[in-house]
Amino acid sequence: MRASVYKSPALKPRIADTFAEAFDMRAARVVITAHTPGWALTAARSMTGFATSVIGCKVEAGIEAELDPAETPDGRPGLSVLLFAFDAAGLGQRLVDRVGQSVLTCPTTACFDGLPDAAERVAVGGLLRHFGDRYQSSKFLDGQRYWRIPVMEGEFLVQESFGVQKAIGGGNLLILARDQAAALAAAEAASEAMRAVRGVILPFPGGVVRSGSKVGAKHYKNLIASTNDAYCPTLRGRADVESALPRDVNAVLEIVVDGLDRGAIEASLRAGIDAASLPGVVEISAGNYGGKLGKHHFHLHELAR
Amino acid sequence: MLRLTLQETPSVPLEADVLSPDMLAPLTIEAIRALPVYLGKRQRRLADFFAVGGEAGDEIEIHGDLARVKWIGRAMTRGVLRIYGDAGMHLASAMQGGTVDVFGNAGDWLGAEMSGGVIHVRGNAGGQVGAAYRGAPTGMRDGVILIDGAAGLEVGMRMKRGTIVVGGPVRDFAGLQMKGGTIVLGQGAELRTGAWMNRGTIISLQPIPLLPTFSYAATYNPTFLRLYARRLATLGCVLPYDERQGSYQRYTGDAAVPGRGEILVWRPNG
Repeated sequence: MRASVYKSPALKPRIADTFAEAFDMRAARVVITAHTPGWALTAARSMTGFATSVIGCKVEAGIEAELDPAETPDGRPGLSVLLFAFDAAGLGQRLVDRVGQSVLTCPTTACFDGLPDAAERVAVGGLLRHFGDRYQSSKFLDGQRYWRIPVMEGEFLVQESFGVQKAIGGGNLLILARDQAAALAAAEAASEAMRAVRGVILPFPGGVVRSGSKVGAKHYKNLIASTNDAYCPTLRGRADVESALPRDVNAVLEIVVDGLDRGAIEASLRAGIDAASLPGVVEISAGNYGGKLGKHHFHLHELAR
Repeated sequence: MLRLTLQETPSVPLEADVLSPDMLAPLTIEAIRALPVYLGKRQRRLADFFAVGGEAGDEIEIHGDLARVKWIGRAMTRGVLRIYGDAGMHLASAMQGGTVDVFGNAGDWLGAEMSGGVIHVRGNAGGQVGAAYRGAPTGMRDGVILIDGAAGLEVGMRMKRGTIVVGGPVRDFAGLQMKGGTIVLGQGAELRTGAWMNRGTIISLQPIPLLPTFSYAATYNPTFLRLYARRLATLGCVLPYDERQGSYQRYTGDAAVPGRGEILVWRPNG
């Protein structure tokens, strides 16, 4: 665990007696390899772009880890990417879209299933193969089919189907700080520590989100989500806002974490709480809906114990 | 482990498809000795030819010159069969799983129409390895056959899936009417390789004579070969794939069918 910069425990930020509320999701793991680590990263970044929230993007995605050649199916450098959606069918469609537009198109890449033991499968290469216009061919090795799609630079190799497993989305931390600079420093440190845990992704830009949301809206009835006014410092004091912020808090940043299982999210949140305990941070809290929407509750006091 | 030793080389071929883990594992030694084998058209007891010892189980060792013993390991689904000596025709034909290790040579129709498992022959093999029987539409459907030495005619004939690796030279018509799968020729092959092949991959690590119905396509390093190289490395086989060592010339054919098969010929750098 990361050593705290605080000399006295009394100066540590408060850990709110609350919990992060998270939801059931479905996840897939995609292993992207390429001739160089740089091209694998290029494909992975493209594939995980505009995938911050299922609300607006239909999928949440991020880079899970860099992989050594020894860890990849074809022995080339690669990365693993996690994608989360509410159901397997939707996730399958997003996989086809994103592998097709961001990986197939990227020079030298190949694309493999990173959840080979998952019983639930969705077709990816089995659909993308049609791009080959019947010039494609397949190889069947160790019970898995791989499609070889001819492209101008050679061949794109993609596995026929990808595993989908139950997962958890929406774990979160709220970092309440005296000012924007302190909030940003703490959030950067937390996101770096949380990302290091295998089995999780932080889907928002840089792992950090400033526009935390509440369910629905007070004034626009058709919105499914709107700004989390209780945590907006500029709204403190308004008669129609019940602020959740202490007086000395002037900036709040949130970190959202999706994980393949509860243990991975717990490890990530724990690392985040520890790393975010920096000067200027007043309190570390979490977002929830009173326990009514998600069945996975991560109590901060238990994590920080 | 069950141990069988051939006592007497049969004067005519002996058909012994009972010699498989599926058949022998659940039986007592006495029941195993009484199993039927066929010497020509005559039914005999297994004990008339083999000394049987050890304990019945999924691991079987057979010792002796079994070049005239046919159908060993037929349709086996599990276990390990080790043969210390030569094995006769149809070894592990229609095999579905398990492992067969031959510390000697194997006859014709090795692994014919198999659909799973691994066969490793340390010596040479005959013809029609992994092939379809005469009149049958499809040969080998999955699994791996490794032959350290040479092999005969029509290796992989009408095979659909699976992998055959031959370390030594191969005779005519390798991959005849191939429908899929992969054949690796460590020292090339004689004539008419890939004749009438529809699909599938023949990889030759040595230059080979090609039919005029195969056309040159490109020189490259296919990514999928890296998967095969990694898989075959676990079985002790080396398949080159690294562009720093060389590349493959891809030929497509057989246009006489017309087919969508490919022959990849390794060209080392320099």
